[in-house]
Amino acid sequence: MDKRTKILDKYSARVFKNRKDHIIELEDAANAQSIAANSRAIPGVMTNRGCCYAGCKGVVLGPLKDVVVITHGPIGCGFYTWGTRRNKAKASDNGKNFIEYSFSTDMQEPDIVFGGEKKLKQAITEAVEIFKPECIMICSTCPVGLIGDDIHAVATWTEETYKIKCVAYSCEGYKGVSQSAGHHIANNSLMKYVIGTGDKAPTQKFSINILGEYNIGGDGWETSRILKRIGYEVISVFTGDGSYEEIKNAHTANLNLVQCHRSINYIAEMMKTKYGIDWIKVNFIGVDETIRSLREMATYFGDADLTARTEAVIEDELANIADDMAYYKSKLQGKKAGLFCGGSRSHHYQNLLADLGVETVVAGYEFAHRDDYEGREVLPTIKTDADSKNIEEMTVTPDERHFRLLLTQEKFEQLSKAIDLEAYAGMIKDMGNGTVVIDDFNHYETEQLIELFKPDIFYSGIKDKYIIQKIGVVSRQLHSYDYSGPYAGFKGAVNFARDTTMGIFTPAWNYITPPWRTLPTLEGKIGGEE
Amino acid sequence: MLDLTPKEIIERKGLRINPCKTCQPVGAIYAALGVHKCMPHSHGSQGCVSFHRMFLSRHFKEPAIASTSSFTEGTSVFGGGSNVKTAVKNVFDIYNPDIIAIHTTCLSETIGDDLNTYIQQMEIPEGKIVVHSNTPSYAGSHISGYFNMMSGFIKYLAKNTGVDNGKIGIFPGFTNPGDMREMKKIAKLLGADFTMFPDTSGVMDAPMTGNYEMYPKGGTTIPEIIGLGDCKKVLALGELTSMEPAMELKRKCEVDFDCLPLPIGIEATDAYVTVLSHFTKNEVPYALEEERGQLVDIMLDSHAHYDKKTVAIYGDPDTVLGITTFVLEMGMIPKYVLTGTPNEKFTKKANALFEKFGVTDCKAKASGDLFELHQWIKNEPVDLLIGSSYGKQIARAEDIPFVRAGFPILDRYVHSYMPIVGYRGAIRLVELISNALMDRRDRDCEDEDMELVM
Repeated sequence: MDKRTKILDKYSARVFKNRKDHIIELEDAANAQSIAANSRAIPGVMTNRGCCYAGCKGVVLGPLKDVVVITHGPIGCGFYTWGTRRNKAKASDNGKNFIEYSFSTDMQEPDIVFGGEKKLKQAITEAVEIFKPECIMICSTCPVGLIGDDIHAVATWTEETYKIKCVAYSCEGYKGVSQSAGHHIANNSLMKYVIGTGDKAPTQKFSINILGEYNIGGDGWETSRILKRIGYEVISVFTGDGSYEEIKNAHTANLNLVQCHRSINYIAEMMKTKYGIDWIKVNFIGVDETIRSLREMATYFGDADLTARTEAVIEDELANIADDMAYYKSKLQGKKAGLFCGGSRSHHYQNLLADLGVETVVAGYEFAHRDDYEGREVLPTIKTDADSKNIEEMTVTPDERHFRLLLTQEKFEQLSKAIDLEAYAGMIKDMGNGTVVIDDFNHYETEQLIELFKPDIFYSGIKDKYIIQKIGVVSRQLHSYDYSGPYAGFKGAVNFARDTTMGIFTPAWNYITPPWRTLPTLEGKIGGEE
Repeated sequence: MLDLTPKEIIERKGLRINPCKTCQPVGAIYAALGVHKCMPHSHGSQGCVSFHRMFLSRHFKEPAIASTSSFTEGTSVFGGGSNVKTAVKNVFDIYNPDIIAIHTTCLSETIGDDLNTYIQQMEIPEGKIVVHSNTPSYAGSHISGYFNMMSGFIKYLAKNTGVDNGKIGIFPGFTNPGDMREMKKIAKLLGADFTMFPDTSGVMDAPMTGNYEMYPKGGTTIPEIIGLGDCKKVLALGELTSMEPAMELKRKCEVDFDCLPLPIGIEATDAYVTVLSHFTKNEVPYALEEERGQLVDIMLDSHAHYDKKTVAIYGDPDTVLGITTFVLEMGMIPKYVLTGTPNEKFTKKANALFEKFGVTDCKAKASGDLFELHQWIKNEPVDLLIGSSYGKQIARAEDIPFVRAGFPILDRYVHSYMPIVGYRGAIRLVELISNALMDRRDRDCEDEDMELVM
C-alpha cells in the first residue's frame, strides 16, 4: 500500500471520495501535480481551519495598531483575537497603540432579537469619546449577518457624525470555507477605502511596501532592519506593526514585496492594476531565500549602488551568522520534518530547513488555494465553487492621478525572465519525489503521517502541538513560534535553528520510559547460591 | 502598556473593552472533556471550535479535542441538520468516542436549529450516545456554557432507578484538574463513595507516555453519570456554577443537593470537609486536621507580610468569591472584586463577605471588564492583583505585584496541576501571595534595607 492509500484507508466511502484529491504523493514534483484545495471541510472531521472572521479580523486587520477594531458580535470572537497572535507593534508617533486592547459590542440576547445596530453605534460613540481614534473598523461575527445588521450604514453614519475614517467588514464566520475568505474581504476593503487616501510621498529613491508580513515574533522588524540597511524606504507594512496612517500612502511606493502570497496577493494584483506598482514574491524566511529576495529586488531597481550595498549587507550578515549556522547544521543534518501551517509558511520554512540540512518529508496548508501549491500558472484553470462565489471579486481600474509604471513593458518582460516578477511557483515544485502534500490536513491524518514518516520534528500549530508531542515527536508552532522569534532574515534563521535543535535534543525526551519498564522487577538469589 | 486607558471613567453601555469572560461554548467543551471517551462537538462554523481548542490548549498545555459542524453560508440559510448528522457519523467512524456532546453556538441558535429533533433523526451506532445542550454565545459566559453542558448530560443520561447507590455526587465547579484531584483526595480521606462530575483530571493533565491516547484514562464515565440519578446526595461546589445542574438533577431524579462555595480557604474547605464527614459518618482523619493545622500555622507565621494589603481579584465568579473569602481570612482587603460573567448574585455574595469581615471601601461588580478594573486601580491603587493572565498588562502598567489564579492562564506552566482548593491549595495561595509581595519588597528596597531574614 502506498503512503497515500494508508492515510485514506480508514475513511468511509464519502469521506474517502472527498479527501483523496486533497492528498498527493509526489512522483514528479518538478511538474506540479494537481491537488484539491480551498473547498469545504467535512463536518465532523477535525480540521485545523478557522473561519472568515479569524482571517479578516484576526489576521489582516488585527495588527493595525492605530485602528480601533470593534468586533460586532457576542463576546467570544473579540476575546479570542485579543493578544493571542503575537503580531507585535510599537506605538506610532501619535502614541496610539490599540494592540493591547480588545473591543467588542458583547451582543446580548435582546440585541440578537431586536437588532444590534443601536448598540454598535453606542459602542462607536464611546470609543470616540474615550480614545479619539483616527480610524475605526467594524468586523461582523456570525449572528450579525443573520439578523441583518447593516454595519456598512453604521460606518457611513460614523464618518458623517465623527468625521473619522470608518470601514466595515462583513466577515461572518460562516462565509467561505476557511480564514482565506476573511483575508480576501479584508484586502478588498483596504483597497477600496484606505490605500490611496494619503498623500505623503516617499523621501528616498527606492521605496517599497511589504505585503503579507504580520510581524509575528518581530519578523517584520528584522526584515525592515535589513532593507533599511541596504537603503530601502519602507512605506508601509501589511499589516504587522502596520497602521492606517501608513497604509493610506501605500500607493506611493515603487515596488510591492509579497511575503505571504495567500493572504495578500489580492492587494498586490489590484495595486498593479490601479496604481501600476509591480510586485515580486519574496521570502525572508531562510538564508538562501532572503539572499535571493534581496538580489531580485536589486535586480528590479537595476541600480549599481543599490546592488553593491545589497551584496555588502549580504556578506556582512552572512559572516555574522556563519559559525552559528554551521554549528546547528551539524546537529540537524539529515533530520526529517513535517510542516503544516496556514497558507505560505509551509513553503517558506522548507527553504530554511534545507539551509540546515533538514528534509521536509510531508507538508501541507490549512487554507491555501491551488496556486499556493501548484503555482500561479494554474489560476486560469481554478473553478470557483459556490462557497467562494459569495466572496466579492473586486475589479479595479487605473487611477488617473496615481497610476504610473516604473518599468516599460519591454523592460518588465525582460526582467520577468530573470526574477519572480508577479510570479509564484508554489510549494510543490520545491518538494522532493516520494514526499506527501496534504491540503486541509486534519487531526486523524496528522497521526497517520507521523506513523508513516516518523519525522524528527513536526511544525504545526497549538491545536495539534500537544497531540504530536504526546506521540513522542517534538512539535513547534509556526503560527506563534512558541513565543520565540524573530525567525526572518539572517539572524532569524539562527533563532529558528536554535529553537529546533533545543526541541529535538532537550533532555526530557530521554526520560519518557521509566527504568523499571525495561529492567527486571524481581531481584533475588537463585536457590542454593550462597 | 495600556497607555490609552484614561483615569476618568465614563459609563459604557455599548463598548466592551478588555473582557473578563468569554462565550458559552468553550465552557461546554471543557465540561465535555471531563467525561470519559467523549468528543465535544460544536454546532456552528469551524472558527468557534478552532478558537476554543486553541484557548484550552494554551491554558492546559494539553490537546483539547473537539469537532465541528463546519457551517457554510448555505448551512446558515438552510439549517444545520444535514451538517450535524454528517458530523456525528464521521466522528463515530473516525474517532470512535463512546459519546458525543453537542453544544450550540450563536450561529446555530440565531437560526433556531433544533438539536432535539436532529438527534432523534440521527443514525447513532449501537451502544453509542449523543447528547446536547443549548449554549448561545450571546447569553451568560463560559461559566454558563459549562453548567449548561453539565445539565445537558444530566437531562439525557441520569436515571433514578429507585435504588440508591450510596454515593455522593460532587460537582467541582469550573476548576483545574489539580483542584479536582485535591477535592477527590479529601473525599477519599473521608471515606466517601463519590462520583465527581465532570472530572478533567487524567484528561487535561494526562502524563507523557510516548503514546497519544485520544481519550485518556480520566473523566467521569457514562455509567457514573447515569448513576448520578441514584446518588444519595449531590454536593454542588460554587453556587453560581454548580447549582443549575444540581437543580436539574433534583428535578429529574429527585436527588437532594447541598450547595457550598468552592472550597477555597479555611472556612469553605471546613464546610466541604464537614458535609462529607456528615455524609460518610466518618470522623475527619488526622491527615486532614494536620493539613488544616499547617495552614493556620503558616498564616500566623507569615501574616505580617500581607495583613491589610489591598488586593484586586478578577475572573470567574465562584473562583473570585473563593479567593476573596480567603484573602479576608488572611487579613487582607479585597478592594476590588470583579467578574465578567453577568450574575448579580456575585455582587450580593461579595458584599455579604465584605460585611461579614467588616471591611469597608471595597467594590464588587458582575458584568465588568478589565478596562474598568484598570480605571478603578488608576483612581485608587491596590497592593496586589490576583487573576488570569489578562491582568498582566495592568500589573505591568501600574507596577503591581501579580498572582496568577483562575482561568485562563496562558503564560505560565504547571498551574493547572496545582490546586488552589482545600487546605493544601490555601497553603499554595499563601505562598503565591506572600512571595509576590515579598519579592516586590526585595526588589524595591534600598540596599541598606535588604533583609536576609524575613
